[in-house]
Amino acid sequence: MRTVADLKIGEKGVIVSFSDELLSLKLLEMGCLPGTQVTMTHIAPFGDPIAVKVSGYVLSMRKDEASTIVVA
Amino acid sequence: MKKSPKIALIGNPNAGKSSLFNSLTGLRQKTGNFPGVTMDKLIGKWNLETGTEAEILDLPGIYSIYPKSVDEQVVINILANPQHPDYPDMAIVVADASNLKRNLLLFSQVRDLGIPTVLALNMIDVAENSGIVINSFKLAKELNVEVAEVNAKKGIGLNGLRLAVNKTLEQRFNSNDSLPVEYSPELIDEIKEQYGDTDDYHALLWLSEHDNLKQFNTEQRVGFDKLQEKYGWNSQKFQAQETVSRYAVLNEIVDGCLHQIPVEDEPVKTWTDRLDKVFLHQFWGYFVFLGILFVMFQAVFTWAAYPQDLIDNGVAWLNQYLKDTLPESQLVNLLTDGLIAGIGGVVVFVPQIVFLFLFISLLEETGYMSRVMFIMDKLMRRFGLNGKSVVPLISGVACAVPAIMSTRSIGSWKDRLITIMVTPLMSCSARLPIYTVLIALVVPEKSTLFGIFSLQGVALFGLYLLGFGMAILSAWILKVLLKAKERSYFIMELPSYKGPRFKHIMISLLNSTKAFVFEAGKIIVAISIVLWVMASYGPGNAMQEAEQKVKTENPTLTGADLENKIAAQKLESSYAGHFGKVLEPAIKPLGYDWKIGIALLTSFAAREVFVGTMSTIYSLGGEVDDENTTVMNRMRAEINPETGKPMYDAALGFSLMIFYAFAMQCMSTLATTYRETKSWRYPAIQLVYMTTLAYLSAFIVYQLLK
Ligand SMILES: Nc1nc2c(ncn2[C@@H]2O[C@H](COP(=O)(O)OP(=O)(O)OP(=O)(O)O)[C@@H](O)[C@H]2O)c(=O)[nH]1
Ligand SMILES: [Mg+2]
Repeated sequence: MRTVADLKIGEKGVIVSFSDELLSLKLLEMGCLPGTQVTMTHIAPFGDPIAVKVSGYVLSMRKDEASTIVVA
Repeated sequence: MKKSPKIALIGNPNAGKSSLFNSLTGLRQKTGNFPGVTMDKLIGKWNLETGTEAEILDLPGIYSIYPKSVDEQVVINILANPQHPDYPDMAIVVADASNLKRNLLLFSQVRDLGIPTVLALNMIDVAENSGIVINSFKLAKELNVEVAEVNAKKGIGLNGLRLAVNKTLEQRFNSNDSLPVEYSPELIDEIKEQYGDTDDYHALLWLSEHDNLKQFNTEQRVGFDKLQEKYGWNSQKFQAQETVSRYAVLNEIVDGCLHQIPVEDEPVKTWTDRLDKVFLHQFWGYFVFLGILFVMFQAVFTWAAYPQDLIDNGVAWLNQYLKDTLPESQLVNLLTDGLIAGIGGVVVFVPQIVFLFLFISLLEETGYMSRVMFIMDKLMRRFGLNGKSVVPLISGVACAVPAIMSTRSIGSWKDRLITIMVTPLMSCSARLPIYTVLIALVVPEKSTLFGIFSLQGVALFGLYLLGFGMAILSAWILKVLLKAKERSYFIMELPSYKGPRFKHIMISLLNSTKAFVFEAGKIIVAISIVLWVMASYGPGNAMQEAEQKVKTENPTLTGADLENKIAAQKLESSYAGHFGKVLEPAIKPLGYDWKIGIALLTSFAAREVFVGTMSTIYSLGGEVDDENTTVMNRMRAEINPETGKPMYDAALGFSLMIFYAFAMQCMSTLATTYRETKSWRYPAIQLVYMTTLAYLSAFIVYQLLK
């Protein structure tokens, strides 16, 4: 399963589902909806956290949070 | 129409609510370009039309009506409870036009709560910069709501907003036909039966959030739990479903009203993208951050020196002038040696504090602050903190009180508690005067590091680093001790960079400086007077005896030398001198004498009093001639009676600096910790821990350098 955490900078993916129910609500509210495109834009020093472009703005999250978002 | 309608500003974090609040009310609520600036509600007045004033309520930002942190909880406690004294008659939902869809999610929820709503489209300039054009007429029609385009920062479009508000207030329409999500009507009926009649959406909100809502007592909460069980209710699932279906509706509406040029795949390269390439870079990111901090401390020390010299000399001149012209009396002495010396001791540091505040507000207003959170998160997490802890830690450099309040946006209680506990270790602006005086005494003025950086500036930077280092070390210890496995997250918007507004920065500088001077000023005036009395009078006829003693012991002395000796002996025999002497054995190992003991006592509740006390003590203690008029000069001239060398050598200077860096000498901070943690335990731990730490570190430093 590929997740947002696996994307390289500049790479895109389309959200398919979430593997963590608790986090998914927060992510949904922030505009990470199934079917939306995400683009990896920044990776912080030491590889964590990361930032993605989603729904037209930049959203940062930790790597383990990103790995709950399944993309295709 | 009601005489004074209550209007709440509701919107996503960083949408511009506080900016709008300031434009409407003329007040100066703090703003900043990162999510989570406003932490509590604030009320102001706005003229709707002649004769009608609306009460405007500025609130923390929320992403939905389901709160995830303490600041968001404040808003929901109001919105969920129509009986709440702050429950609004109307809401202005402030939406960031550059991020319309996400902002409309909250709008649709607020409207479904049955609150008459106006939509204020803000940040249209930002949207246009990234190629987004919004048809707000169409949007108004589709959403069936009054829409007003505004620029909250510049105060543009306020008349249109006023019109929209008046119209909505008259109609009081409520287009709450049906919720975009399925639920059992029987469940709703039962809720209404038990908890009072309300609309469906309120009932559902109560059901899913009852544990966090202040309006319900334990018994009522248990009642909700039972209902949840009976109907197999899963709040998480319901809220997720609701969110998805709301977005589905909004998607269509927004797609019809928004024009994006060019298309998604080739977005406009904005300034933000370009800057972030450097600021968030794996290596350059840290480099830039450290560079910014370093420049900040160099500036605080070197740029501020010129205005400081002017003020310093001005105060000394005024003091001398008053002494020369006014008839000699105790009252004049109180004015000059007590009050002016004490206040002057603080006013001198205003330029430094202004520079400090200037840098912090630039970090906040430009949007760089959230980048610092981003690059620091990993590092902070290792020490039990959170990327969001950066805001309290950095604003702790100004003052720990607002800094501790700003921890409310940290979602996890454990991360938040640790941040609260260690924030007072950051060197606040009240420590700056102490550092400055002591550094000037023990670090040579002319020497530089690598020929460019002033060594004094480097020493100051070092002290701030030390405070930061101790803060994160303590955080790590707390993390180990607390062992809590609570989940923390870091899902956060990185807002686009925004140019700071000169006028705005100036006003906020003026306000915070004024607050500092007056707050500190009040305490200093009070303590200076008490101190002066305590230092000018002694028990019984101790003062006369002191004078007598000097005269008999030094029969040959005359003139100024005699006067000085007497003054010194008198100070030692005064009440203040007695207290200092009592303390002396305890602080001797740190290198302090009874005079410093007096300063430690007076600054126990507020460390800003230290320098003022020193100037009062040294101006009372004699040795006042034309050159020794400023505190620094007087301290420099002080001789250690045991060694015959200058009292303020490196060992004592650094020992004192370390002591003040770590000691918890601030009542307001303790009170704030109490308020934010709702327990006496945490401020008590802070006080004991920090005082012990200060004592031990100062002891070690003094013994090593002696
Ligand atoms: N370019 C632009 N910037 C704006 C506008 N309105 C506000 N800002 C800026 O956006 C940032 C956020 O504004 P605030 O008023 O603090 O936002 P808020 O909604 O109160 O934020 P929180 O208190 O964190 O919820 C500040 O830097 C403002 O100067 C606008 O219309 N255009
Ligand atoms: Mg605000």
